[in-house]
Amino acid sequence: MTSSVLNIQDLVVEPMAGGRPVVDGISISVERGEVLALIGASGSGKTTLALAALGHLRPGLRVQNGSVTLDGTEMLRAAPRMLRSLRGRAIAYIAQSAAAAFNPRMRLDAQITEVSRVHRSRSHKEAIQTAHRLYGRLDLPNPDLVGSRFPHQVSGGQLQRFMIAMGLQESPLLLVCDEPTSALDVTTQVEVLRALKQGIADNNTAALFVSHDLAVVSQIATKIAVLRSGRMIEFGTARDILESPKDAYTKELVAASKHMTISPTSRGGSVAPAPGPEKAPLLAVQKVVAGFGKVTDGSPSVTTLNDISLNLRKGEIVAVIGESGSGKSTLARVIAGLHPAARGEIYMDGKRLAGSVENRTVSERRRIQLVFQSADTALNQKHSVGRILGRVLKFFHGTSGSARETRVAELLKMVQLPPEYANRLPSQLSGGEKQRVNLARALAAEPEVLICDEITSALDTIVAESIIRLVESLSKELGLGIIFISHDLATVSALAQEVTVLRHGRIVESGSTQAVLSAPQNPYTQLLVSSVPQARPGWLEEAVATRNRLRHALEADRSSQALASDGVGNALAITTGP
Amino acid sequence: MLNVAAVQRRGIRLTLWFSILIIGICALVAIFGPWIVPHDPTEFVTDEPFGRPQVGIWLGSDYLGRDLLSRLIDGTRTTLVMALVATVLAHLLGDCLGLLAALRGGWVDAVISRIADLILSLPKIIVGLVIVAALGSSVLVIVMLAAVVYAAGVFRIARALGSDLVGMDFIKVAKSRGEGPGWILFSEIFPHVAQPLAADFAIRMSFAILFMSSLSFLGLGVQPPLADWGGLVRENLGGLAGGSLAPIFPAMAIAVTSIALNLLVDNIGEQQLQKKGA
Repeated sequence: MTSSVLNIQDLVVEPMAGGRPVVDGISISVERGEVLALIGASGSGKTTLALAALGHLRPGLRVQNGSVTLDGTEMLRAAPRMLRSLRGRAIAYIAQSAAAAFNPRMRLDAQITEVSRVHRSRSHKEAIQTAHRLYGRLDLPNPDLVGSRFPHQVSGGQLQRFMIAMGLQESPLLLVCDEPTSALDVTTQVEVLRALKQGIADNNTAALFVSHDLAVVSQIATKIAVLRSGRMIEFGTARDILESPKDAYTKELVAASKHMTISPTSRGGSVAPAPGPEKAPLLAVQKVVAGFGKVTDGSPSVTTLNDISLNLRKGEIVAVIGESGSGKSTLARVIAGLHPAARGEIYMDGKRLAGSVENRTVSERRRIQLVFQSADTALNQKHSVGRILGRVLKFFHGTSGSARETRVAELLKMVQLPPEYANRLPSQLSGGEKQRVNLARALAAEPEVLICDEITSALDTIVAESIIRLVESLSKELGLGIIFISHDLATVSALAQEVTVLRHGRIVESGSTQAVLSAPQNPYTQLLVSSVPQARPGWLEEAVATRNRLRHALEADRSSQALASDGVGNALAITTGP
Repeated sequence: MLNVAAVQRRGIRLTLWFSILIIGICALVAIFGPWIVPHDPTEFVTDEPFGRPQVGIWLGSDYLGRDLLSRLIDGTRTTLVMALVATVLAHLLGDCLGLLAALRGGWVDAVISRIADLILSLPKIIVGLVIVAALGSSVLVIVMLAAVVYAAGVFRIARALGSDLVGMDFIKVAKSRGEGPGWILFSEIFPHVAQPLAADFAIRMSFAILFMSSLSFLGLGVQPPLADWGGLVRENLGGLAGGSLAPIFPAMAIAVTSIALNLLVDNIGEQQLQKKGA
């Protein structure tokens, strides 16, 4: 035990206002060269535990019991001066959002070496040299020059790697990583994970790695602690947890993460046979061009969607895949009439739809319903669930009185919620329950086309899986045509019959899910497929290898399109940029 | 640290109770004024101007020998009712236009915002002077004037609060359903902004009291024999040289009420913060 870098004993952290402890009697220790992953759903106390290692508690929390020892120092009782001298030097923190963590008005070098300056550990020149060596090891292009840029001049994945460099600058004993890749696209996640793994191995640093994604964790952690409701329900080596989970919740977690990978069993396996091509499409998107700014000659000054065509039949699920900036959400808004297209048409049952929602008929509006990504912002927090659903019923069907109440209860049952939820406010529901209400609202209109825009990306793995099952069963029961927009190939592979892959606002590949995912033709699709995290050893190395192999093809693809965006080409953009 | 927090909380409680007490007393006095005045506010109770306080004439007499307490009680009613009506009108106008401008954007927003900027850029007292000179001084003119002048400030607040909300997904949902602006404004947006607007209402009312009192003090406000607090200060100002306290009491009423309204708003804000923190 004496060799541990970090030792947390019987830690109990509770809210000052009283109530259930956030961290309830957890003991862990981390040794040099060891990566301990804390995994759990939101609200499991994993971030609170990780921050306690820094001697920091979020406002409104207090330590009821226990100790946190970092290299012999009791962090919870240390004086602020002592904590300051340890932080950055002996223990470093890597936050989830690099974009929010960097000062936009300071050059990257200055921010990375700030820790050396504050602790007066080395001269300015030495500090810069150390930083540049780190950039090289983290695979950042032009290590000697890139640091003179400002944060907005590098890509999201690069910025996250700069944050790793910031953490490693003083070779700390312990690195605390709080969901360092959760906000990134899958292809970017691969590069950041590899850099982080490299950095930890080079320095023989101990690390706490907070995540909700078991597949990601399995690539980097030596040990895994599974947290739920502030308690540690299972602890073991990464191998043990993945191969022989003991606790029921851990089993569920492992199973969900297996579901969420593209495997031969799930690939198109559970889907219904695609309807015959002789059926006329319910919804047809034809050569749509959309973007922002002034439209001249049918092309806007900034194009986010270019020449998009899509067909949706009754009872069919079509997936639209793309990373951030690919234009997939714009497509959803164009179809819903919230963002008129500059060119191109949308037909429903062969009838042309007006570009903007104001010019569509009530029945056209009713038949197409959009489900937003974040139920937190899509539901009015001041309206009860009953009122949210009731308004749609009243608006489209004129239902009122007891008929409306009955129908609200029916809708809640449809999304597997108890009828008494009608009286609750959205703030009284969990994330998954809110997303169900969000779906129920769309269903209340009795639509024929449902557009789901990233409806699972804000949810924990297990909850997300249950929502996917719900969408699947709804499409079968109600015969809905569903456009399922996602950045996550794995989610889609079990759900959709057809898939369309978007990159920089263009369709790079489309076809049946099985064909596209099992034998992707386009290099970008290949990269996407290989980048989906898998909970098996060696996946990360394979993904990096695939990535390097595809680099040239993607570069060619990129320059031919001459479109700048945040994607795979990031690492290349910097060599050609200003 | 815990103790500091507890002391601060107790401090908050104290000022909250103080402000509620003052505002409560003012409201009761305004409502029951005609029944609790010891004398008719226009009746001469002594021959002596600026008479000293004595039994039955508790605050002494004013410059004409009328009972100051009775005039003060009567003035409370005038002052508060006028300020209340002006603030209600300012908020009706400002809230509706502000939220509408936030929702509609474009030229609607531009036009209303520029008009609001114009009003905000003019010195209020000078505008008051010009308007009263042109239209004459009456309760109606003064109340409408205060309402319009303060509607511009309310508009700014309501528009800012609304702008934060119009981009939210639940507004887009309502729009994509085809809801009209009425529903979106009053059912979707208003519940979110009601609390901050209520706080603004209280502070705006204290401004209105000060504004109308200033006008009256300059002789532009309500005309004798009717008098609000500002008017009472003005008509009794002459007594100050002779050592009379007659102008001090209405001045204190203005100050204490404004402070109480401000403290009330502070406490509402503080409690909202605590609620969010918990």
